[in-house]
Amino acid sequence: MSHEAAARDTANTPDDAGQRPVPFRGGGFVHRPLGPVAPVVFLAILALWELGSRSGFISPIALPAPSAAFAALADLFKTGMLWKHLGASLYRLALGWTLGSLLGIAVGLAVGLFSLARAGLLPLVSALFPVPKIALLPLFIIWFGIGEGSKVATILFGTFFPTVIATYAGVDNVDRGLIRMGQSFGLGWLSIVRKIIVPGAMPAILSGFRISASIAIVLLVAAEMIGAEFGIGAYILMAGALFALDQLIAGVALLSVLGLVIAWLIGKLEKRLLSWRM
Amino acid sequence: MQLTLHDISHRYGGTTVLDGVSLTVDDGEIVCIVGPSGCGKSTLLRIAGGLEKPDGGAALLSGAAPEGSLNPLTYIFQDFALLPWRTVEGNVSLVLEDHGIAASERAAIIADVLSRTNLSDFARALPRQLSGGMKQRVAIARALAVKPAILLMDEPLSALDSQTRELLMDDLVALWSRERFSACYVTHNLNEAVRLGRRIIVLSRRPGRIRDVVEIDMPLAERVDRLAELELLQRRVWDIMREEAREADREISDVA
Ligand SMILES: Nc1ncnc2c1ncn2[C@@H]1O[C@H](COP(=O)(O)OP(=O)(O)OP(=O)(O)O)[C@@H](O)[C@H]1O
Ligand SMILES: [Mg+2]
Repeated sequence: MSHEAAARDTANTPDDAGQRPVPFRGGGFVHRPLGPVAPVVFLAILALWELGSRSGFISPIALPAPSAAFAALADLFKTGMLWKHLGASLYRLALGWTLGSLLGIAVGLAVGLFSLARAGLLPLVSALFPVPKIALLPLFIIWFGIGEGSKVATILFGTFFPTVIATYAGVDNVDRGLIRMGQSFGLGWLSIVRKIIVPGAMPAILSGFRISASIAIVLLVAAEMIGAEFGIGAYILMAGALFALDQLIAGVALLSVLGLVIAWLIGKLEKRLLSWRM
Repeated sequence: MQLTLHDISHRYGGTTVLDGVSLTVDDGEIVCIVGPSGCGKSTLLRIAGGLEKPDGGAALLSGAAPEGSLNPLTYIFQDFALLPWRTVEGNVSLVLEDHGIAASERAAIIADVLSRTNLSDFARALPRQLSGGMKQRVAIARALAVKPAILLMDEPLSALDSQTRELLMDDLVALWSRERFSACYVTHNLNEAVRLGRRIIVLSRRPGRIRDVVEIDMPLAERVDRLAELELLQRRVWDIMREEAREADREISDVA
């Protein structure tokens, strides 16, 4: 009797009278924010690479040292060519991507809202989306000239299709209950589109932006490799032709930075426009 | 203003959902509609508010809407239907923006309805920050903002826990005592029906027909204190419904 009472009293200490804690089985499958892991990994790879090059383990003919690539970049900066190349690329990217996105949103909304547009345009979009726009570049050169026109058009077409698809899928996903609510309060058609459908489709449109921006960079470089004097793509092509691998790496690094900056900007935009989500 | 549903029939594909339902919602009257799951209550309410066209019969309005009513037939939805990207006041503002009301007057209406629903402190909150009960209060405030003649409520309290439901039911009773709105109130909760209804319309299982109508003369404000009598009424409604509900239950399991 007294023994039992004693056992019960110490019930909350483990290893006692056959009692043990319930095994913990939760946890995992959740990402923790780990702060500066990414830059550390990045710097470590750079350091290893540099070490490999200096010790002669990596031949400079196969892969130049990061310091050499960096020197090429510094050279580019000193001669002022950096801004010329970057400026030309950014201009094409901004123009092509903006026009492609605006047109894509407009057509995507039409496909999402009107049966006629859906029946008429959706098969066309589905047929043209998978065509690599680079394959059409010669055609664009004939249509829009070898200058800026063909390059902007390539980027425009490349961003247009994914934006159409993201937008109309977003419109389709807008909660029908909210639209019914708008109708039940007598809201006009335009009000329902502007205040319910467009904001409701915005998350999908913005995630479409992420994809279309990456596609735009890929197409930018491809387009600049044909008949461009300036631009990051032209610079890389030139470096490749001369086997100046340090410049080639520098150009690729520029593209990566461009991609990172754009992803960051879209992240900012999402934070601003979708702050209501979380 | 009076809403009359005249001999409403409706089909979806091959199945008849409603069959010859007629009812009238008089001025200042709350009519509750109960019936087994899937019998067409929500469909009937959508027809009543002009969100769906009936295959047979008609929904008719008579009498003038009250002075200044912006949207005589106004819904309160089960899932609140608030825009998640708009604040509480933005959600109320939404239904006023298309009526060409000056911004200052709009702000005054918003402030008024938010204070009547005890939401003034939450004017700047987003829906995701609010509890279910609060969200439904916002939906009620939004409905009041357009000065409705008749409220159409489709299980407005079903998404809430039972304590919150009691609180909101008290709010609705207090609101009705002040404003004497008319309402068509769909619910499966018989307790809500006997607490709020002047008349309870019991629908049969699909196809929905009127099985019976239970009239309750007891004034709304007294009902909280006369729960024993309500309990008897609730039992009566349940006796009418029981067989229908059982059959409906079996029907659904046959289909599945
Ligand atoms: N848009 C629709 N298209 C096809 N069938 C529908 C549609 N809406 C409802 N139905 C069918 O009509 C019947 C009645 O539906 P309704 O939603 O009106 O029932 P309810 O009485 O409100 O049910 P619950 O009690 O579950 O809310 C159901 O069998 C449902 O499946
Ligand atoms: Mg329903």
